[in-house]
Amino acid sequence: MEERKHIIKVANLAVGYGSKPICSSINFSLEKGAFCAIIGANGIGKSTLLRTLAKLQERLDGTIFLDSLEQKVHSPNSLSKTLSVVLTEPIVTKNLSVKDLVALGRQPFTNWLGQFTPEDISVIQRSLETFDLATLAERKCFELSDGQLQRALVARAMAQDTPIILLDEPTTHLDLYHKVQIFTLLKQLAHQHQKTIVFTTHEIDLAIQLCDNIVILDGKTNPFASPCQLIEKGCFDTLFPKEIVKFDAKTGTFKVNE
Amino acid sequence: MKQKPSYPFWFCLLIVALLVALLINLSLGSVSIPFKQTLTIIFGGIPDKESWRYIIMDYRVPKALTAILIGGGLAVSGALMQTLFRNPLAGPFVLGISSGASLGAASLLMGSGLLAGYTTVQLTNDFSLAIAASIGSFLVLLVVMIVANRVRDTMALLIIGLMFGSITAALVSVLAYFSNAEELQRFIFWSFGAVGGLSWNQLGILGILVFIGFALSIASAKNLNAFLLGENYAKSLGVSIKKSRYAIIIATGLLAGGITAFAGPIAFIGLAVPHLTRQVFHTMEHKVLIPAVFLYGAVLMLLCDTVAQLPTSANVLPINAITSLVGAPVVIWLLIRKRKLFF
Repeated sequence: MEERKHIIKVANLAVGYGSKPICSSINFSLEKGAFCAIIGANGIGKSTLLRTLAKLQERLDGTIFLDSLEQKVHSPNSLSKTLSVVLTEPIVTKNLSVKDLVALGRQPFTNWLGQFTPEDISVIQRSLETFDLATLAERKCFELSDGQLQRALVARAMAQDTPIILLDEPTTHLDLYHKVQIFTLLKQLAHQHQKTIVFTTHEIDLAIQLCDNIVILDGKTNPFASPCQLIEKGCFDTLFPKEIVKFDAKTGTFKVNE
Repeated sequence: MKQKPSYPFWFCLLIVALLVALLINLSLGSVSIPFKQTLTIIFGGIPDKESWRYIIMDYRVPKALTAILIGGGLAVSGALMQTLFRNPLAGPFVLGISSGASLGAASLLMGSGLLAGYTTVQLTNDFSLAIAASIGSFLVLLVVMIVANRVRDTMALLIIGLMFGSITAALVSVLAYFSNAEELQRFIFWSFGAVGGLSWNQLGILGILVFIGFALSIASAKNLNAFLLGENYAKSLGVSIKKSRYAIIIATGLLAGGITAFAGPIAFIGLAVPHLTRQVFHTMEHKVLIPAVFLYGAVLMLLCDTVAQLPTSANVLPINAITSLVGAPVVIWLLIRKRKLFF
């Protein structure tokens, strides 16, 4: 029973390129509906971890269970029905309408011609509405602001209707208001629709406020717990060199050390 | 949701345009045949002169059908390449596939200089020329794909395609240097492009090649849509990158290679038509785009052929010159108007 509740279970995972791991002994497990951030310094392997979870690159060691099935055992199609991604790389063509972009999320479910059933169309419509895109549906992606485009990309992942959604730095290039908007929408998606959402971010303050769990990649122990537990254990204190930035446990924010 | 797409309307318009272009194409030529007589002949009636029926049925009809297959096929292969290579400037010609075909054709038509002892003239029948050109284009396409796997950068890939064009052009000139005047002339006429002069047999082979290529393109439409997001997104949607890539290569090889084999390297249709089509069909859905691109290409090719035919004169301009004269300004005009070529 305990096993089934954990939709993502990562044990002893090592990620990296070639044969050299850039981050190893990563352990965490997430329940359905969990909203989880992966944080860490630049180059520590956050995106690499995310891409490894999505099978966009090979792992170097360890096990990954997705929806109680080892990632290796998933067929491409079953994997595409288990997890969806929002990547940092820009989409190739911005000549797509928002609706077409979101509709592409339905690909794993459509027949060889890609025809939509009424169910597909209602899922697409719901995704558009959830992310407040209904009025922008006919707009082309190149006409959107960064915040709108990011919302459209997340809506596409939602339309894929997978129990797990992975996002690589979903709020870069966005101002504070739009950062909070995206995070709040994601949190709603996780809690209301019971999606397990994992994202990498540099917004540690916001992650502490909003997430259920946080994975800190430090290249050594890689602690994983709820934000409060991590603060108690003092895990954020050692994240950056102390002489430059200091973590204030009371407010849960970083301060420049003057 | 508010605005229903008007694709059926545009499809009807394209089909009407195709029929009109077909009629114009059939009724004009070096011998002037009254329009009514043309209609009579097409619908199986008895014309005033028996020779008119011969001209229409054995020359103009196969030529028009060839133009439809060539225009449609090249345009579809251009659309495939633009999506696969994520580059609005891609097309069968730009990436050296047509140069590959010309190397194949040149080796066959002029290879006797190198393969002393063989008389190539005997080898060059309908089938061998098509096969040689297809092999040539297919090899170049494969090499470009292998390189594409390594560089990933689209600009680099475009340059590599152009370099392959230069290499094959160089090889062709080496072959040309060692061949005799008659062989050289045959090759040069092939490279001018020719829509006419295909027998019904050759037309049948071309039709089969284009049909298979077109069917493969339609079968790849769903994967092509996923490619619009990039390979990683496509992968996350469950697309097998390798398999679908090969399907697209084979489709392009059959279309561009087969057409170039029979009609010579015909420029700009493959590059310009997909952009022109996207001006009308505001969609990136390949299921809609591929048939639309085919029809648009067919119409444009019929019109180009009509112009090349220089109605009422006995001269025929090289079709390749006409398509370039039409295609290149179109691309420039699109760039000036839109400032950016989206694909």
